[in-house]
Amino acid sequence: MRLYLMLVAALWLPASVSAEPVAALAQHGTTVAGSQTVSKSTADHSKFEALQGPFQTGPEVTKACLSCHTEAAKQLHQTKHWRWEALHPETGQTLGKRTMTNSFCGAIASNYPRCTSCHIGYGWKDATFDFSSEANVDCLVCHDTTQNYKKFPTGAGHPTYEPKEFPPNSGKIWQPADLANVAQQVGKTSRQTCGACHFYGGGGDAVKHGDLDSSMTNPDKSLDVHLGKDGLNFACSTCHMGNAHDVKGSRYAIVAKDTHGIDVPGRDDGSRATCESCHSAMPHQGGINNKLNDHTDKIACQTCHIPEFARGGKATKTWWDWSTAGQKTPDGKPIVKKDANGNVVYDTQKGDFEWAANVVPVYAWYAGETRFTQLDEKIDPSQVVALNTFSGSYDDPNARIWPFKVMRGKQPYDKGNSQLVVTHLFGKDDSAYWKSFDWGKSITAGMQEVGADYSGEYDFVETTMHWPLTHMIAPADQALDCESCHSRDGRMQNLSGFYMPGRGDFPLLDKLGWLLVLATLAGVLLHGIGRVVLGKNRS
Amino acid sequence: MQQMIFKRFERVWHWLQALIVFIMLATGFEIHGSFSLMGFEQAVDLHIILAWTLIGLWIFAMFWHLTTGEWKHYTPSTVDKIMAMLNYYSIGIFKGGDKPFHKTRAEKHNPLQRLAYLGLELLIIPALWLSGLFYLFYSAWSNLGWGLDLGMVAFVHIAAAFLMIAFIIVHLYLAFTTSEVKAMITGYGEVET
Repeated sequence: MRLYLMLVAALWLPASVSAEPVAALAQHGTTVAGSQTVSKSTADHSKFEALQGPFQTGPEVTKACLSCHTEAAKQLHQTKHWRWEALHPETGQTLGKRTMTNSFCGAIASNYPRCTSCHIGYGWKDATFDFSSEANVDCLVCHDTTQNYKKFPTGAGHPTYEPKEFPPNSGKIWQPADLANVAQQVGKTSRQTCGACHFYGGGGDAVKHGDLDSSMTNPDKSLDVHLGKDGLNFACSTCHMGNAHDVKGSRYAIVAKDTHGIDVPGRDDGSRATCESCHSAMPHQGGINNKLNDHTDKIACQTCHIPEFARGGKATKTWWDWSTAGQKTPDGKPIVKKDANGNVVYDTQKGDFEWAANVVPVYAWYAGETRFTQLDEKIDPSQVVALNTFSGSYDDPNARIWPFKVMRGKQPYDKGNSQLVVTHLFGKDDSAYWKSFDWGKSITAGMQEVGADYSGEYDFVETTMHWPLTHMIAPADQALDCESCHSRDGRMQNLSGFYMPGRGDFPLLDKLGWLLVLATLAGVLLHGIGRVVLGKNRS
Repeated sequence: MQQMIFKRFERVWHWLQALIVFIMLATGFEIHGSFSLMGFEQAVDLHIILAWTLIGLWIFAMFWHLTTGEWKHYTPSTVDKIMAMLNYYSIGIFKGGDKPFHKTRAEKHNPLQRLAYLGLELLIIPALWLSGLFYLFYSAWSNLGWGLDLGMVAFVHIAAAFLMIAFIIVHLYLAFTTSEVKAMITGYGEVET
């Protein structure tokens, strides 16, 4: 049957050309006949006098780096990685971790040393941090190749310089790294270095994004066809190309539909952060139908090519209820409960959690422009509060259907002012929630830190947050098939406002149509019976 | 007397078209989501192949009708002749009355047939074709700001498909009440000379 279809199709349809990118990546050295293998880099950092050490602290290493790479820190100072602040080009909102609140750990203000263990600098322990300091840029966290360099979780971005226990009372001792050794072996960024922060967002492995977790450090290609070490073995920076340390592909201003197609040097912006910049908007081999290429105007690549997220064996957090935090055993000890898979489902410090693995995304029209609910905005606590909203519909030519992880939870808010709040969680002082378990004190301190008005009355409000998915791209043969969406109860069932084949849309037309068919059948049947009966009577 | 009414090309055209229309209805309603039979993509592919095949067949048919003058069999009759046929099918046929019209070589279709086939060829089929081609190529025009969207196109396509089913039911019924089926197979039928 299939063969017949192909043959007949060949008669009618012109052959289509596929544009499948071929990647042949030499990962290490190159050889010329008769020569020995040489490094791809033009510099062996272990031979540099400036890097012989010994180094006592991170900033000492940075100063050594800057003695050659004189402009590197200035470049970093311009980036989101350093500033944790971004002006949204369309909405004008000032975004970034520095000021925003989310439904995971809340906000960084008043919790700096814990949160800034993922800052690309050293020493952001309070609001007085000097953003113009060049020595405080952390080169090693991105350029380490030894895997021995780790920022200490409560060190405000510093690694530990002496053996130190974390988590407290866990017996797990963090050893200081040999900074000179790390510095002499610096290299390009890798899945390991980017992942050291980005796989652990929201307070732990796999918590935040759902499509980024530690299984992506060394994934196989069925988990991610680009990063897979048995496949293309890309680094993050293969797509998230940087120029002058400014890495492309920010979630704050997503290109929901790249109409440039393949980026050509000299013509385009050189960004590789969209699928189209390598694959074009017509990447599929056409057959009898060319519907997959037809779909790229309305469907993001990710929608079909991420059949499920959190596929790497790690569950991602889907629900975080802060309102239940603070419960203790009768003798006043904190509680930690885990489910059968070892995921924490209750923690006295944080409340209740739910987790999910191999999750089918939520789909929505998305034009790339996201608006975040900020501290100074009024919320309606009688409703579930959306922490981010975005424009997009079938009629919007810039919008496509995108897949999302939806994070849900309950978090404290200012009942008197109907606003979100900053919670002071981490610290040795009595107002830190993780010390006193007193939300009133915690919120008062948090709001004071950012200079915001607090009515003194708090409650908990349910919130949602949409996280667009773009990683964990499955190989083509594991992408969604037509019926995943083009069927009754398919994945697009909740998207309305447009006709989609296969869903049985136009129910009224269907009713009228089948009624017409039945009426016609009944008509000819009655006509026929009438003729037979009357014919008999006559004879 | 028995004479050739439907020539060889016309018979081939008719039966091939009948087969294609039946499969297109089945695959079409599967694509719409009315039922699941062969799988969505297979249904789409078969629907597309048959659509192009049917268009090819119609190009031949139009050429044939124009060059042979057979198109004249589809020009409408006068109102009184049509009313007479309607009267026959609603009253006369039950009383055993005689048909007010008989085939001749010059008029192989009765006034009601002429009108029905003309309606099929000028309304239902063009509606299916036009909406179908727009449907197939929607990516090429959907972003041009014509104020037209796939929903409207699909609506016309599906509505016309329902009319096609209704047509087929009546067509089959009437064909079996006369000797039309045999004539369309052998080519020969009773005509008045």
